[in-house]
Amino acid sequence: MLTAFAILTDGLVYAAYLFLIAIGLTLIFGVMRILNVTHGSFYAFGAYGSAIAVGIYFDRGFPAAGGFLLMVLVAMVIGLVLGLILERGLLRLFYGKDEVIVVLVTYAAFLILEDVIKLIWGPNSYALYQPLALAGTIDVGSLVLSGYDIGLIVFASLLAIGASFALKRTRWGHLLTVVIFDREIAAALGINVTAVYTITFVIGAMLGALGGAVMAPKIAVTLGIGVEVIVLAFAVVAIGGMGSIGGALLGALIVGECRAAAVHLVPQIELFVIYAVMALVLIFRPQGLFTRIAPRKI
Amino acid sequence: MRQHLPHPENRLTITFAAWFLGLLALTTTGARAEQPAPVKIGFVTFLTGPAAAPFGIPDHNAAELLVESLNAGQVPAPYAQVGLGGAKIEAKFLDEAGSASDVVTQFRNLAERDHVDVVVGYVSSGNCLAVTPVAEELKQLTVLDICGTPRVFEEKPRHYVFRVNPHATMDNVSTAKYALAKFKDVSVYSGINQNYAWGQDSWRDFRLVMKDLDPKATVDKELFPKLFAGEYGAEISTLLTSNAQFIHSSFYDGDLEAFIYQAAARGLPQRIPLVLTTGESSLWRLGAKVPDGTVIGARGPHTFFAHESALNVWFHKAYVDRFKEQPIYPAYDFAQSLFGLKTAWEKAQAKKGGGRPTTEEVIAAFEGISFPTPSTTVQMALGNGHQGISDTAVGTYKFDKAESRPEMVDIVRYSAACVNPPADVNSIAWLEGGMKGAKCD
Amino acid sequence: MTMVSRPVLFGALALIIVAVVALALPSWLVSLTTLAFANALVVLGLIILWRAGLVPFGQALFYAIGAYAVALIDRYGGMHDVFVLITAAAVLSAFAAFLTGFLLARYREIFFAMLSLAMSMILYGALVKTETLGSTDGFHVEAPTYLGYAPQGAMHLLVLFWLVLAFSAASALLVFLYFRSVAGALAVPVRDSEIRLEFLGVSVNGLIHLNLVISGTLAGIGGAFAALSIEHVDPNMAYWTTSGGFVFVTILAGAGSVAAAFVGSFVFEFLKSIAYDILPGTWQIFLGAVLLVTILFLPEGLGSLFGRLRQRLNLKPANVSS
Repeated sequence: MLTAFAILTDGLVYAAYLFLIAIGLTLIFGVMRILNVTHGSFYAFGAYGSAIAVGIYFDRGFPAAGGFLLMVLVAMVIGLVLGLILERGLLRLFYGKDEVIVVLVTYAAFLILEDVIKLIWGPNSYALYQPLALAGTIDVGSLVLSGYDIGLIVFASLLAIGASFALKRTRWGHLLTVVIFDREIAAALGINVTAVYTITFVIGAMLGALGGAVMAPKIAVTLGIGVEVIVLAFAVVAIGGMGSIGGALLGALIVGECRAAAVHLVPQIELFVIYAVMALVLIFRPQGLFTRIAPRKI
Repeated sequence: MRQHLPHPENRLTITFAAWFLGLLALTTTGARAEQPAPVKIGFVTFLTGPAAAPFGIPDHNAAELLVESLNAGQVPAPYAQVGLGGAKIEAKFLDEAGSASDVVTQFRNLAERDHVDVVVGYVSSGNCLAVTPVAEELKQLTVLDICGTPRVFEEKPRHYVFRVNPHATMDNVSTAKYALAKFKDVSVYSGINQNYAWGQDSWRDFRLVMKDLDPKATVDKELFPKLFAGEYGAEISTLLTSNAQFIHSSFYDGDLEAFIYQAAARGLPQRIPLVLTTGESSLWRLGAKVPDGTVIGARGPHTFFAHESALNVWFHKAYVDRFKEQPIYPAYDFAQSLFGLKTAWEKAQAKKGGGRPTTEEVIAAFEGISFPTPSTTVQMALGNGHQGISDTAVGTYKFDKAESRPEMVDIVRYSAACVNPPADVNSIAWLEGGMKGAKCD
Repeated sequence: MTMVSRPVLFGALALIIVAVVALALPSWLVSLTTLAFANALVVLGLIILWRAGLVPFGQALFYAIGAYAVALIDRYGGMHDVFVLITAAAVLSAFAAFLTGFLLARYREIFFAMLSLAMSMILYGALVKTETLGSTDGFHVEAPTYLGYAPQGAMHLLVLFWLVLAFSAASALLVFLYFRSVAGALAVPVRDSEIRLEFLGVSVNGLIHLNLVISGTLAGIGGAFAALSIEHVDPNMAYWTTSGGFVFVTILAGAGSVAAAFVGSFVFEFLKSIAYDILPGTWQIFLGAVLLVTILFLPEGLGSLFGRLRQRLNLKPANVSS
């Protein structure tokens, strides 16, 4: 019984993690059709920024709540700066080219940023331990849940709700949705697609950095943390469907729960779980879970 | 040809070809330059990627420190001679990152383009296994550094490849013995190891030793998260609901730190003690966050476990003074490798009356020797004299709050012959056969 | 002279020159080129798929199958002849491509890419779990024999190189001819407008399936040669970063020319070597920067250089260019 509960909560925690790293990517991919490999760099920069800035904040003994807020702020600033530099300075030069070329550009940017991280922060690892300790624990029988994990689940849920709301109810969200649907028609209707691209990329960068920032207290922030995140994020986006926030959420939940069940019950297959889920989903829903019936162009 | 005007495409192709050929010339002529006096050594370790922090940087730091100190003749006896036998060391550093094909290609470059005298390095067992046959083929003297797999010398006898640092078998033999002595009447234990060769081999060795020494003990959970997974929520929940008396792990640095933060936040190590076979590398960084009572191994008698000696005092001080941080076991491992090479080199040189030794002469001198290192004494006793063994030690962690520094208590030492297989016996066979031939006191 | 024979002639000439020059080159360069050409075979397969608008992120699946086929037969099968090993690798990877193609041929764009990635990662997981094969450490591949001949010392590098060169030439020629065949030429319409092609009566899925088998076989042969070249196999050969590396080189080379696969692959390996050598701590910046510069100035890839060269050579004197 306890195991079942543990699987449930572990799955939710992992799902929150997956959702946080995937949401930025699915947005950029949905709107701009770019498989943004640099997403891993946004995550890494967010993690480093958070570990260092928030670490200093807590060391100085400022109130705890502000620390968590600072995490979000740091991520937004990093995302803004990086996103702008990359989109305006680099990607802009390649719009209109084959999509695969753009992927390569983002990959080149990722390589460069990996070493930039090393040049700025060195090869050692950083730790942000205060948030975990401050968040406390919740006991459920012999199972101890980390308050921070619960907080992550809440945070991811709020983000999902907020993003959906923003897409469905705000003017800007409507513009984005139109561009996701059909960029040509959007441009024909007078929407400034270039501006939409820039803003989307920046928001995606901020979300990527945010993922890194909130995960920083749990991991050792060191070189290479962006690499693993990339393929996980891609997998979740593929499962959920391009540009679909609901899809990313559902995909994250499915993978999260399956993986948690595997770890508790059949640890040997843990390595395969995300790929098996992806393969299965794609077999039955070739365009991902939440797919828009796109009209076929003749 | 119709025209000789510099057509745009012409220019482009020609400049491209010229650039390419120029680079080719640059890289090949460099190799033909004569450098008889210094000893060229290629040092290969992880300079980028997640393995840089735990292994590559301490390795690289120790290399820089020792090469400079040796070249200045500042190392205490018996290593006081400048460089190797009076010839200064010319170091070339290379990143071990990349796929096996990148690593092998770079090894060939070192050997055949850069004509190094010796290659020292390699952290990843996979890379060690990949370059060893190439070293043999190219007759390149190579000293493998940190990689732990016993397979290097057990699959085939080697002539040009040496490894001073003992392989990983002794880590798990010693920690198993220690854990059994510390946690009386062990009947259940669990393990969490990374899902790749190192983690799988460590767990396999540990289980075999446990079966030899405590046949009634059973395994409750054996977890294998992905390497560099970083997020261990589900694994920690699983372990929290297990009834193990201790948890074995061969995690290191990044993964180890993440695991300890997350586990400590949820009270796991307080409930079930951790046995960390390579835990030493993270102690200085984690400090008070590692719970007291954690069993710690250092893959050899390094740092906390080092025997007292003038060499150790010098090494430790020089390292701290220069890098403002404590040397962890990879730094000691490197020192062992370089001092072993130096001993062999100078012995060969002395044997021929002072002339620079050839590779064959160094090999002949290297086989089977014994020499002091900052931590202990190493004997090249396995693999026909190509594989080193040494004693080791395991301890229990305690964070000294007053001094605000890590400490090791209840240190137990295990002699080399106790925790290493005898010569000519395959490690796994030795473990499966009840560790026959081990000489423990 | 037909349009076909000039580039073929040029290619044959280049081939002979390279084969002869190899005798004078330092051996590290020979082994680097061998590896580069082995990887170029994979890239060739990717070019075939890219022309049809598909970019798989899981070619490493076939690369690994080819490599492990050679390694396993060499170690446990008792056969060391290189032709037996390569044929086995080709057959096994072709078969794997045939089977997986039934599923993969129905997908496009990112879903095609991710599904193929999923398949290669599943193989990776299986290999990592197989401790008898050394898990992530992999195992050694003994040098092969060549119809009874066992080259000694440095010769074995050269002989392997010539063999890889021969295979590369044969593959290049076959693919070149394939591009000029109907099936090959149909790749471009598949990319541009599948529906019209379907209306014309062509089975697009069948065409893609064929392309998958061809590129899978090429990738398997490439993996086999890579295994023989570095004399080691490990599960990382099936990892997604390996696939990514091939895609990387493919885009660098461009989809325009067959020769570009080989030149592009060689340039990439060579550049990587230089990057490691002169910038050991920051070689990623170097590689990324070179890549960006290449994309900026040669957006059609390195192959476009050949296209332009060929264009210039094919100009007839009476043809007044605009």
